[in-house]
Amino acid sequence: MTFINYAAREINCKIVYYGPGLGGKTTNIKFIYEKTNPNAKGKLISLATETDRTLFFDFLPLDLGEIRGFRTRFHLYTVPGQVFYDASRKLILKGVDGVVFVADSQAARMEANLESLRNLELNLKEQGYDLRAVPYVVQLNKRDLPTALPVEEMKRQLVFKGEPVFEAIAAKGNGVFETLKTIAKMVLLELRKGR
Amino acid sequence: MAGADLVLHDEEYQKIREVITRLRGECNAKVVFLVDKNGQQIAAEGELEAIDTTALASLAAGNVAATDSLARLIGEKEFSILFHEGERDNLHISVVGGRVILVVIFDERSSLGLVRLRVKKGSAELAAILDVMMKKSAAPRKAAAGGSPFAEITDEDIDKLFSD
Repeated sequence: MTFINYAAREINCKIVYYGPGLGGKTTNIKFIYEKTNPNAKGKLISLATETDRTLFFDFLPLDLGEIRGFRTRFHLYTVPGQVFYDASRKLILKGVDGVVFVADSQAARMEANLESLRNLELNLKEQGYDLRAVPYVVQLNKRDLPTALPVEEMKRQLVFKGEPVFEAIAAKGNGVFETLKTIAKMVLLELRKGR
Repeated sequence: MAGADLVLHDEEYQKIREVITRLRGECNAKVVFLVDKNGQQIAAEGELEAIDTTALASLAAGNVAATDSLARLIGEKEFSILFHEGERDNLHISVVGGRVILVVIFDERSSLGLVRLRVKKGSAELAAILDVMMKKSAAPRKAAAGGSPFAEITDEDIDKLFSD
């Protein structure tokens, strides 16, 4: 749900990074924070446990510049990936404009990816969204690990509507901005369509 | 997609500002702040220099969302007011019209009783303005004054955002 503020001439969009625990959602946001010009970003907020596991959400506001005289701002959120934080995940999805699914490439985490994807679909549905209609991209993270599954195999299991797929090593920044740019474009194109 | 986009026009914005400016005076508050339940800042008045308003908006919305869920867990519809007491400053958070969050930051120059009383009155006024805002948001965008500027967005416009 985009917030269009004619008074302040701003468009505000919300992008949520979803995926299984320890998949690299927070790492994506942290990399974006580190590499973004200070004028274009706000404070990075992490509601995390003492061991740095996301407890509620991470939040990063980005200002991408003007489009048709409107300041374009994106609010990036991550959800807590661990299964038992489901109640919190649902809350973060409220008002979402686009979703990035960060999948863990390790073979042993494929089941967790699939479970998280099912969970995403269900939680979106509860908020009145259809995953098939929401701007959506998949990121295959941790491509550098020796236990990573082949890309084609992951696509076969995870891709369901021809959504864009990016290979990434979020800890090094590979694929992070490509993913963000693509989801941001998809959200803006959705805005162009109107309703 | 779920729900309409939220659209704030200048007319409603000015009315909202009028109400929250007055409310701030009546409460003797440092800051009065209005934020959408999804975490988008709508309007703010007061001593804002030292406050990261974007973060405040996001955290207030997260706080209300979590508290709403807690309420439902124990069989309540909602907890309509949240109050956080600090050593110097206090936060009074309330939900207006089921959709928007009103945050009042105040110190010892005011009191919880005064804030509660004034917020109650101000909320009714804000709810009426928000009602109009929601109706306008739900109407097809073409009907809005001047039409939608976004129908004309080109791929080039979008690419420019990412040029550096």
